[in-house]
Amino acid sequence: MDRIQFDRVSKRYTLGERTNAREALVAMARTLIGRGPGAAPELWSLRDVSFTVADGEALGIIGRNGAGKSTILKVLTGITAPTRGVSRTRGRVAALLEVGTGFHEELTGRENIYLNGAILGMARRDIARAFDAIVDFSGVERFLDTPVKRYSSGMYLRLAFAVAAHLEPDVLVVDEILAVGDAEFQRKCLGRMEQAEKEGRTVVFVSHDLDTLGKLCRRSLWLDAGQIRAEGDSKELVRDYLSSGLAPVGVGYAVVRGGPVTVKGVRVLGARGPSGQAMMREDSLSIEVDFSLAELVPGMDIALYVSTSQGVRVIDQAVSDREPARLEAGEYTAQLNLPPVLNVGDFVVGVWFGTAHTEFLDEPAAATFTLHGNDRGRPDRVLVYEHPVVVRPLSPA
Amino acid sequence: MMAAVQPAGLTERWTENTVTGVSRGRPWTALWQARELIGYLALRDLRLRYRQAVLGVIWVLAQPIASVAIFTVVFSRLAGVGSEGVPYPLFALVGMVTWTYFSGTVASASTVLVNNASLVTKVYFPRMAAPAASLLPPGIDLVMSLVLVGALAAWFGVFSGVRLLAAPFWLLLLLVSAFGVSLWLAALNVRYRDIQHAVAPVLQLWLFASPVAYPATLLSGWKELVYAVNPMVGVIGLGRWALLGTPWPGWSLMVSAGSAALVLISGLVYFSRAQRSFADVI
Repeated sequence: MDRIQFDRVSKRYTLGERTNAREALVAMARTLIGRGPGAAPELWSLRDVSFTVADGEALGIIGRNGAGKSTILKVLTGITAPTRGVSRTRGRVAALLEVGTGFHEELTGRENIYLNGAILGMARRDIARAFDAIVDFSGVERFLDTPVKRYSSGMYLRLAFAVAAHLEPDVLVVDEILAVGDAEFQRKCLGRMEQAEKEGRTVVFVSHDLDTLGKLCRRSLWLDAGQIRAEGDSKELVRDYLSSGLAPVGVGYAVVRGGPVTVKGVRVLGARGPSGQAMMREDSLSIEVDFSLAELVPGMDIALYVSTSQGVRVIDQAVSDREPARLEAGEYTAQLNLPPVLNVGDFVVGVWFGTAHTEFLDEPAAATFTLHGNDRGRPDRVLVYEHPVVVRPLSPA
Repeated sequence: MMAAVQPAGLTERWTENTVTGVSRGRPWTALWQARELIGYLALRDLRLRYRQAVLGVIWVLAQPIASVAIFTVVFSRLAGVGSEGVPYPLFALVGMVTWTYFSGTVASASTVLVNNASLVTKVYFPRMAAPAASLLPPGIDLVMSLVLVGALAAWFGVFSGVRLLAAPFWLLLLLVSAFGVSLWLAALNVRYRDIQHAVAPVLQLWLFASPVAYPATLLSGWKELVYAVNPMVGVIGLGRWALLGTPWPGWSLMVSAGSAALVLISGLVYFSRAQRSFADVI
């Protein structure tokens, strides 16, 4: 039986919505005297989206920035109303669209557990019952009566996720939370989500981490410009998604914006020139990202990463591996040089912009490239390490 | 497994999100279901307010005491305004305590949604819980202030007798008036941020347009009834009648009660309609 039904859901946003009375009055006056400003610019974030999720199923949602993934989650959870269509959910829905929503800096860990639990829809009884488990999971026992403003960001995240993780909902909705936190935190989160799935809860998961998404969700939706472009087995869909619309290889795709950042183009260059030509496994590569900044960003961090066509991330290098840059507004090119370490095959370049505190944009399928040549009979390996296995005789003792 | 813990009926119920938003039945039902959340939100505000204030209670009482002192000098001594047969400081204190609750609630409710914008855009919760939670912390202040009223009444030897039993109706009318105005302003402020700037000066004017420092009986006949369209006229009149034994406010109370009810009902309707787009425009 279904847990979630989306029935021809559309959602329109009006851009530049008026939030002050003077502008509203001016607009009203203009309309009255027949010199209206015309229709305000509109954006259809979702168009006629229909799908269902069965009881106990885990559904992944993939798509580029602005494809409407977050809007689906907001309609699904009731945060915003659809412009057309109906979304239905059965049972209790818990959404983790952001870690730590409703936490208050001045309140202690204990107070925040209760407040946050109530905000997420838990009854006091349920919170009290889960309290020890939450504290255990978060590992902040010693600091329970300390205001969370004195917590490290790691402790804060762990506590916030711990509350949400113990909601025990019928439908768990998770948006991109794994983008934050350290490796151990991410492992804990994933473990908890897998457990939820095993317990028969319905999970809807949005992530740029396509590898994880493929493992966690058997079925996925591929959202493109507010519409469902494809739907089906996650692994196949991820593969199609990563190789979609990216040819001609290495040439920039549609401009992507996030925060003050506008990415204008992504190129992959081989030693023999642009990647339009064949690139050989033995060549050194260079990935270049042209972008502009609308304002000064003090702790600018940029990461370039390379994934296999199955979505396994093999290289991920960031500006902050040395130290974040202080960048004035302007136009830049970010460059990453790669020695010939990758094996023959198809690869996908991802770009990430942000600071230590915020993410501006994350585009895991910014460009693709193909390496040709000889895989020396081992097509499964991703990296080629130029040192062979050495065999030497066992020397007598 | 959770399915075993939850009552079967609950898990089988479908929740619909349509063009008009998620419907959770009548506003009162939704508020009742959200009572724990309302409690926690109110508790949060209380904790924050008194976390680092050593003299907490004293500050609560300082405001009405200071106002009453000023009113006593200006209105009673200098202007010679009457006080319906009870000592003026006591007369003004009941008015001021009532007014302080109303203005405190309205001021905090008008910004409550905008201040919790991250909640509104990231979590579904019955939106009405936020302005409802604003009703509680000033209620604690009101209770403490009433102790002061009692002490002052005992000092002056004023006792209204059996009429004290009607005090809950005074509180109810106060609550209805405050919640109605709060709903309107909280929802309007999401779209028009001008509201939060306008609230302080408007409340200032409203204070002097309410019979806090003077009796409503300065006006008479039809003027008094028009004046009573301001719900606070009836609320304060009823409070003084119940607590101090001043004359029964009569028809002006009916006008005020009707006006308060109208504001509340229209506020509920407006808020329910506006809430579907809160997350989009906030």
